[in-house]
Amino acid sequence: MTRKLLIAAVFGVAATALHADVIAPDDVAANEYGEVEVSLTGMPGDPVRGEEVMTDRGLGNCIACHQVTALDDYPFHGEVGPTLDGAADRWTEAALRGMLVNADNIFPDSAMPSFYRVSGFVRPGNGYTGRAAEGPIEPILSAQQVEDVVAYLLTLTE
Amino acid sequence: MKKMQKALALGSVAAMALMGTAATLSADEDADLIINGDMEMIVRTEAPDHLDGHLNMIYSGWTFRSDETQAMQMDDFDNPAMLFVEQGIEIFNTAMGTEGNSCATCHETPENLSEVRAVYPQWDEERGEVQTITMQINECVTERMGAEALGWSSRDMVNLEALLASVGRGTVVNVAIDGPARETWEMGREIYYTEYGILEMSCATCHEQNYGNYIRADHLSQGQINGFPTYRLKNARLNSTHSRFRGCIRDTRAETFAEGSPEFIALELYVASRGNGLTVEGPSVRN
Ligand code: HEC
Ligand code: HEC
Repeated sequence: MTRKLLIAAVFGVAATALHADVIAPDDVAANEYGEVEVSLTGMPGDPVRGEEVMTDRGLGNCIACHQVTALDDYPFHGEVGPTLDGAADRWTEAALRGMLVNADNIFPDSAMPSFYRVSGFVRPGNGYTGRAAEGPIEPILSAQQVEDVVAYLLTLTE
Repeated sequence: MKKMQKALALGSVAAMALMGTAATLSADEDADLIINGDMEMIVRTEAPDHLDGHLNMIYSGWTFRSDETQAMQMDDFDNPAMLFVEQGIEIFNTAMGTEGNSCATCHETPENLSEVRAVYPQWDEERGEVQTITMQINECVTERMGAEALGWSSRDMVNLEALLASVGRGTVVNVAIDGPARETWEMGREIYYTEYGILEMSCATCHEQNYGNYIRADHLSQGQINGFPTYRLKNARLNSTHSRFRGCIRDTRAETFAEGSPEFIALELYVASRGNGLTVEGPSVRN
């Protein structure tokens, strides 16, 4: 009896995590240009939450490498990648999603990390502890966070 | 004139460090480093041939630091790391282990070892392996003094390394990468260019492709090790080369290698060789 309940509970959790509409990292399909056309969640992104992901060190930390004039209120923008001002004029939604999921889709050999990938890493770690990752690797961002960032990037027009 | 400004800037160093803003001040990348008014350092020079055009010029990490941090290294009275050199001298003169020997029993003065820092890591014929200066010190400690090996990044070890660096200041880094050391050097090069961790970044991503650029608030240097051990204002202690390597690999969200591991010994030889032509500059000051 207890055992049955436990099993039911486990399946319940799994079912929510793998919500039918969320595409798992290994299942994301990019087209021949590296673009990912369909939303990872089937839900529209929220640019306000996207701004938080862009600037939070524990999330996207995008401004560690990119200058973004619209984010001037947040200190310390890096210079490793190009400015993102006007990114929406240069890239389609599908291309932006493609590069966030897996930078190699659009920029082979780029310094930019892949934010929605879980395999193919050399010595993956457990966060910033320096120890080996345990169990399945989590993507840096959730599917919805990727969509939120895409929505934010689409506001960057010049 | 430049010197005057530096001297004036010195007074505010403590305040700056407290506010944590020292890192964000722009550095004078063209400044020259003369320590105590008479020890001239080579902080920029042509890259050694074995870098194969990956870099044209090599630069000491000192050139990328703020004016205030730079100034602290220009005078031993202002360099907090020199306190640890003092402690290193004490250890040098203290007998340890079963043999009743101190370092001074065999070497007399630290100055007798002034040529050592610049040529390590080095192939050790007897042991048939590349030896870092840490390993060489422990060889003396265990075999010639009969004492327990010092921990890789223990205080005593790092203080002794600071002492050997300080007496070597101004000698030109010249580690050998041919002959039997070649295989280890190639292993180090392989590690240098491997993209580790969930962020998939290599040493080269930050220190070869992006030196001079900011990554968030950090002004990236070439990741040279001619200034080690380094006193970091951030943690207010002396930091070993391998603990720096660990920190950098950890920051890529990777599983690091252990201090003293074969991987880090190889990486140390390789990174040291990227600085052939700069001068020994430790113990240095960094943010
Ligand atoms: C460690 C560095 C790094 C981080 C962190 C990073 N990027 Fe990038 N990004 C780059 C680099 C380098 C490029 C240039 C691509 C190339 O040619 O390799 C780039 C390119 C881009 C571009 C295309 C720019 C253009 O208009 O050409 C966009 C858009 C972008 N990144 C968005 C982001 C977002 C959003 C994040 C965070 C979720 C992020 N990046 C995090 C390094 C980074
Ligand atoms: C994510 C970016 C990043 C990566 C990848 C990285 N480093 Fe660093 N490293 C830094 C930053 C930031 C600093 C502090 C500023 C500076 O000196 O560049 C630093 C400092 C150093 C220093 C101290 C230099 C000095 O003069 O004090 C050394 C040595 C170093 N890194 C070596 C390495 C090696 C070797 C690797 C690869 C195993 C590596 N780094 C990978 C970001 C990185």
